[in-house]
Amino acid sequence: MFHLPYRQRRHLDPLPGEPVLDIRNLIVEYPGSSLRSLDGVSLTVPIGARIALVGPNGSGKSTLLKAISGLLPVRGGSIRITGHPPGACHHRVAYLSQRSELDWRFPISVRALAMTGRYVHLGWLKRPGVNDGRIVDELLSRLELSGLGARQISQLSGGQQQRLLLARALAQESDLLLLDEPLNAVDARTRAIITTVLDQLRDKGKTVISATHDLDRLSAEFDGALFLDEGKVAQSRQGQYSTKGIQLFGSDS
Amino acid sequence: MMHWLVEPFQYRFMQMSLLAAVLVGTTCATLGVYVVIRRMAFIGDALAHTALPGLVVAYLNGWSLFLGAVVAGLLTSIGIGWFSRREGVREDTAIGVLFTGMFAFGILLLSRTRSFRDLTHMLFGNILGVSRSDLWLIGGITALVLLVLTLFHKELELTSCDPVYAEVIGLRTDLIRYALLVLLALTVVTGIQAVGVVLTSALLVTPAAAASLLTNRLPKMMLISTFIAVGSSVVGLYASFYQGVSSGASIVLCSTACFMAAWLIRLGRTTIRPQALTAREHST
Repeated sequence: MFHLPYRQRRHLDPLPGEPVLDIRNLIVEYPGSSLRSLDGVSLTVPIGARIALVGPNGSGKSTLLKAISGLLPVRGGSIRITGHPPGACHHRVAYLSQRSELDWRFPISVRALAMTGRYVHLGWLKRPGVNDGRIVDELLSRLELSGLGARQISQLSGGQQQRLLLARALAQESDLLLLDEPLNAVDARTRAIITTVLDQLRDKGKTVISATHDLDRLSAEFDGALFLDEGKVAQSRQGQYSTKGIQLFGSDS
Repeated sequence: MMHWLVEPFQYRFMQMSLLAAVLVGTTCATLGVYVVIRRMAFIGDALAHTALPGLVVAYLNGWSLFLGAVVAGLLTSIGIGWFSRREGVREDTAIGVLFTGMFAFGILLLSRTRSFRDLTHMLFGNILGVSRSDLWLIGGITALVLLVLTLFHKELELTSCDPVYAEVIGLRTDLIRYALLVLLALTVVTGIQAVGVVLTSALLVTPAAAASLLTNRLPKMMLISTFIAVGSSVVGLYASFYQGVSSGASIVLCSTACFMAAWLIRLGRTTIRPQALTAREHST
């Protein structure tokens, strides 16, 4: 079988002994701006951990996720994913953007959009096969979207759209998932479904880094938390929240 | 009635014009769907207008007019990308500057030539005047456009719908955009033969816009769009043959009428029978 990946790189195997994610003194600026969106952020994430990114709007949570997924250039410091720089292994990192970043009026069906999660494995010219269809259908059913596969994506409710984006991210079958506020402004049912699915991911040993607003459930749903404020690790704010039993990054450095 | 319909095609030039109408309609309508959903209508119009200096230079030197238009169109696509990359100017500004500059240059060159006659065809189109070599070129471009749209359907769809995710999985969205601009420049050249420099963007935008009112499936949209464009081109052909009116203007007005009809159908669906629409769309 031929395989023409979107970036002409050989698939790199994870370097043994390296953490899933290792960020050191990261500095990120948006192109054309001299303002530092992230300034000196460090974070090391072991395999299978669930890490929350916490902070007010504009604190750098989305920027950090975008930098890890290779959407933003690194200006200083380093990011290593299983020992490799961002973008070296696209199939191993899945990114779930905020719902508002997609054109929901675009003429594409629910199932077809979920299928785009398989494209990183297909590469150029190859079309989705039976196995890809099976993976996507199984995910749609797990996220309770089974009957909606043929609908145009704008005909879904906000919560259903969020579940669809998660289905696509999961279709990538990657080891590291970067989720940008997956539970922001969703209905109770969606919240319950997504929480269940994220629990199943932990059982499979997947690593999840998730931006969140929900401070009450930090210790119930996460193993660790990184507090950000104005692009820096916010040490002073950590004491304000109930973070009993979870690891706080940056507090001891 | 049958006689009235068939009679024109006893002439060789009418057979060739019909073939040209089908090819041009297909190319403009299928690529036009991407022009509409990616909001590239302005750039399509600009590429058509910037073909003018290429046409004039080719005419003055006795080169192929088509080749002149292709070169001018490609130069403009590259120029737009070049001026708008990084922190230069916004893309629509770059288009505005280059498009008017190139068009003015074309008019300047045009004003120095003595004979306007051949070039009015290029300004306003004349599908009846298509030559055998034009036909080969149009056919080649049609084949290329359809081939690229088929082979790279999933990448084109994804980069149009969700460019951020496309970047994350390693797709070069900027390269795909360049490729689309090159296809657009080639397609515009075929449209010029049918409706001329001034009206080409109508053939790119109007049928696709009408189709987008009738369906929300990409392949179906391309099919309806093609149907409208080819139908309009054939109507323009008859109008030109029997009434001696401008084929380009007839083709464009016919697609405009289709757009109005599509708008009314859409209006009827959403206001008169909203329940029927929901039921139908959910069952598909």
